[in-house]
Amino acid sequence: MTVVDERPAAEVGAPRKRKEDARLITGRTMWTDNLTLPGMLHLAILRSPMAHARITRIDTAPALAAPGVVAAFSGRDVAETQGSLPCAWVVTDDMVHPDHPPLAVDEVRHVGEPVAVVVARDAASAVDALGAIDVEYEPLPVVLEMDEALGEGAALVHSDKGTNKSYTWIYDSAEAGHGQAYDAATAEAEVVLRKRYVQQRLIPAFMEPRSVVVDPTADQVTIWSSTQIPHVLRVLIALVTGLPEHKIRVIAPDVGGGFGGKLQMTAEELITMMAARRVGKPAKYTETRSESLLAAHHGRDMYQDVELAARRDGTLLGLRVRLTANMGAYLALLTPSVPLLGRYMYNGIYKLPAYRFECTGVFTNTTPTDAYRGAGRPEATYAIERAMDDLAAELGMDPIELRRRNWIGHGEFPFHTVAGLTYDSGDYEAATDKAMSLFGYDELRREQAARRESRDPVQLGIGVSTYTEMCGLAPSRWLGSLGYAAGGWESASVRMLPTGKVEVLTGTSPHGQGHETAWSQIAADQLGVAFEDVEVLHGDTRTAHKGLDTYGSRSLAVGGFALVNACQKVVDKAKPIAAHLLECDVADVEFSAGRFRVRGAPADAEGKTMADCALAVFAAHDMPGGAEPTLDAEAVYDPTDFSFPHGTHLCATEVDTETGRVTVRSYVAVDDVGKVVNPLIVEGQVHGGVAQGIAQALFEEAVYDADGNLLTGTFVDYTPPSSADLPDIVSDRTETPAPDHPLGIKGVGEAGTIASTPAVVNAIVDALRPYGVDDIRMPCTPERVWRAVQGGDRS
Amino acid sequence: MIPAAFDYAKPSTVDEAVRALAEGGEDAKVLAGGQSLIPVLRLRLAAPTVLVDVGGVGELRGVRDDGDALVIGATTRHADLLRDPLVARHAPLLAQAAAQVGDRQVRHLGTLGGSLSHADPAGDLPGAAVALDASFEIAGPGGRRTVSAADFFVDFLTTALAPDEILVSVRVPKRPGWTTHYEKFNRVAQAWAIVGVAAAVRRENGSIAEARVALTNMGSTPLRAGAVEQSLAGSAATVDAVASAAGHAAEGADPPSDAFASADYRRHLATVLTRRAVLAAGGIA
Repeated sequence: MTVVDERPAAEVGAPRKRKEDARLITGRTMWTDNLTLPGMLHLAILRSPMAHARITRIDTAPALAAPGVVAAFSGRDVAETQGSLPCAWVVTDDMVHPDHPPLAVDEVRHVGEPVAVVVARDAASAVDALGAIDVEYEPLPVVLEMDEALGEGAALVHSDKGTNKSYTWIYDSAEAGHGQAYDAATAEAEVVLRKRYVQQRLIPAFMEPRSVVVDPTADQVTIWSSTQIPHVLRVLIALVTGLPEHKIRVIAPDVGGGFGGKLQMTAEELITMMAARRVGKPAKYTETRSESLLAAHHGRDMYQDVELAARRDGTLLGLRVRLTANMGAYLALLTPSVPLLGRYMYNGIYKLPAYRFECTGVFTNTTPTDAYRGAGRPEATYAIERAMDDLAAELGMDPIELRRRNWIGHGEFPFHTVAGLTYDSGDYEAATDKAMSLFGYDELRREQAARRESRDPVQLGIGVSTYTEMCGLAPSRWLGSLGYAAGGWESASVRMLPTGKVEVLTGTSPHGQGHETAWSQIAADQLGVAFEDVEVLHGDTRTAHKGLDTYGSRSLAVGGFALVNACQKVVDKAKPIAAHLLECDVADVEFSAGRFRVRGAPADAEGKTMADCALAVFAAHDMPGGAEPTLDAEAVYDPTDFSFPHGTHLCATEVDTETGRVTVRSYVAVDDVGKVVNPLIVEGQVHGGVAQGIAQALFEEAVYDADGNLLTGTFVDYTPPSSADLPDIVSDRTETPAPDHPLGIKGVGEAGTIASTPAVVNAIVDALRPYGVDDIRMPCTPERVWRAVQGGDRS
Repeated sequence: MIPAAFDYAKPSTVDEAVRALAEGGEDAKVLAGGQSLIPVLRLRLAAPTVLVDVGGVGELRGVRDDGDALVIGATTRHADLLRDPLVARHAPLLAQAAAQVGDRQVRHLGTLGGSLSHADPAGDLPGAAVALDASFEIAGPGGRRTVSAADFFVDFLTTALAPDEILVSVRVPKRPGWTTHYEKFNRVAQAWAIVGVAAAVRRENGSIAEARVALTNMGSTPLRAGAVEQSLAGSAATVDAVASAAGHAAEGADPPSDAFASADYRRHLATVLTRRAVLAAGGIA
């Protein structure tokens, strides 16, 4: 893609290089860990080495005697005051929701759970002193596997609850009035596919480990945190600690990635607050990479029992999903809701008469799970797209043909789905045709046939994934009806500075997405100012005071809408000022291409610019009657519905049947994310997302041993791929504008992750169907693939 | 990720380094490129009291021609091996193996001697050194001695080096007429080998006159695949003959089972990779 450097006619749609990249890429910026305050102390956290144990004795006094140590305390010392980490999404009335102390008090329930903390004058002294803390554990039975946890007589993660089940949540299309009953609709099915797909446990593995600094010495307590959610965090801190909200300031400075992993209120944030307030000095905690892999929340980890019923001609009759979802040892901020966000997506892009979904959340002695890029939607898409390829094989039908027979036609939008959502728009035919053409689908099928014929040790497989997803989290009314504690609106403010420069405040909280660039492009067009003249401020509750932050591909879809509205208000306020300067009636002023002109004036008439109006308002010497001397404006937008990006991803893998090595040979992603503000950013999101989805398919898994120790506690063992392990990605788009958005935007943050995992695994299974292979557990490691080829153990 | 406190010595000669090690006693450790030692310290899996940084010892770095052999200083970086014309001409297998070590950053800091002295059975250079029949010059309080590759690697992370000795250089015989290949199988590009095979082949009149094959991560030390070498010696330079010989690759090996691969799978990989390595080394298609 070429990058423009001269000024484009319209900023929106131009592939602007990201204005934040120079500082983010060089690291010469304010990461939380770069912050040093006068007199600042440092924390080290002692973590449980046991997956489940009673703390029979704990003594922090010896640590106090170590050099440089200022304070040391355990959960027992703060048991009455530390409060409980919140879960903000109560999914059923009878959900089992155990207390979640930041520092364990009497019992630890997963390896890595914080048990004590040392506060010292420097980080090395704090780490050195951890060894002096005296803890005795009495081991308790450990339960790790979900089916076992739900079985009779299983060891209990929370013995006082009497069960390892947190909740069971059921959706039935007949009961909800969105379709038929599954059993009735599928009574005459000619084919019923029954599969268990396994979503392995993943670790978000953001680039910047979590870090928090708390300064309790001023009137407001200030918390700097490497978080995705400074605004939500401020509210939560007020609710959990009782500190008045107006005495709390939260700052997310530059944040090095999150992928949902920093959509959390963490034990470490609360522990650092407790420590700083105890000693009355600023305090910092920065986790190590090993601590991050061990104790920051994990993602996925579900069993998906899928039943897909059809006629022999491929017509789908019904879908039943029984989901078993691993909560880990506690319910973190959104833990129970993540699998449920998938329930709207298991039906994918298909017309299904009947759909039933049951989800059971299960406690185990593992790190809590929570949002990870896509949060429920990648899992759902994986299940339905794997099932469609499996069904096509069962029917002897091309997998794309099977999809064509069942997907929603482009003339059928808006389409009310069996899951109860209304898809706004889409053109699955166009995206699929484009992807097939870029991929060379027919040619690759011929090559596949030739390799099968010649018994080539390297077999070729083709995987299909036609996905949709829901972006723009979310209508507040919808969130409320599902038991979420907050809303889904977003805010934007515009400050017109006297010299015509602009400050845009957004309540979204970027951590790598490029908001500063995209928001500048939108404001530049809306206000008729230069791209360079816009500064985007975010992530500080004192400046960008109102917001709900960044997750769920919501920032541009919701926050961008708010920005357009705020800019419109500025234009509306500037109009009477311009009219006054032009000495005409307000009704005769038009605003276009950044200039206010008298209606009917020639196109090259000088008119007045936004800068002229800003200066006039600043001086305020001659305001039109009654006008307030400001152009500044704020807008808050609550979306009326989700948006539904979609696309077709095609993957060709070469599978070396001698070693089991899988090589992704070619990958084509055609995404329809609606109108695009910056194609360079969209392409980056697709590339990153596809890489992360390939990582789930081939490379990554969090593994515990039988005692509940995390075996994948470093990047030697938890193996994210690098560019050397990934294919060239061909990324293209179709463009179906979102009908309800002023810019036609849908959202792109998670699309690549959602689409790519099933495309890759489908391609591997497709390569090996002649060997009798119909599933391989993710990640499809060489040994697993090789064993599948041998017809041996496929687990 | 903060190591326990340690003392730091930075000698500028081999003698000073040996003295510093002797003074540090059993808990002294040699620091070269730090690519294995520093992570171990940061994870607090080891807590030496003294680090002797040999990065400033000029004698230890560089490649020189010594008649029938190359002599390569212990602190020569992997990246140096990749661009050294003498290595390219006389010992390309070392460059082929060094090219597979870690990632670019690791290759610019990590050293040949560090990799060999650390003796991780999954490391790439030990197998190459064994295949090339390298010998190791070692300095200690009692002077210098030379140890063959076969005797240098003693056990898992254990070499013939005494705690007060350092590796000075590696002597690699020139092998005119031999061609080589290093075949590595790993999980992701920058990872250690699940299994690796270093192969050197001398062809004569359409057959294989001699072959040397060493296996990475098929036991607690790099292993010579003796049965493969015997089977190849004098055999036809054909795909079938090589495949047949490679079938012996795992004989006598006792590979580990770990999170990346079971022992059985490693045995299987050894045969496939040995076949591929020998075919590539010998230019046999």
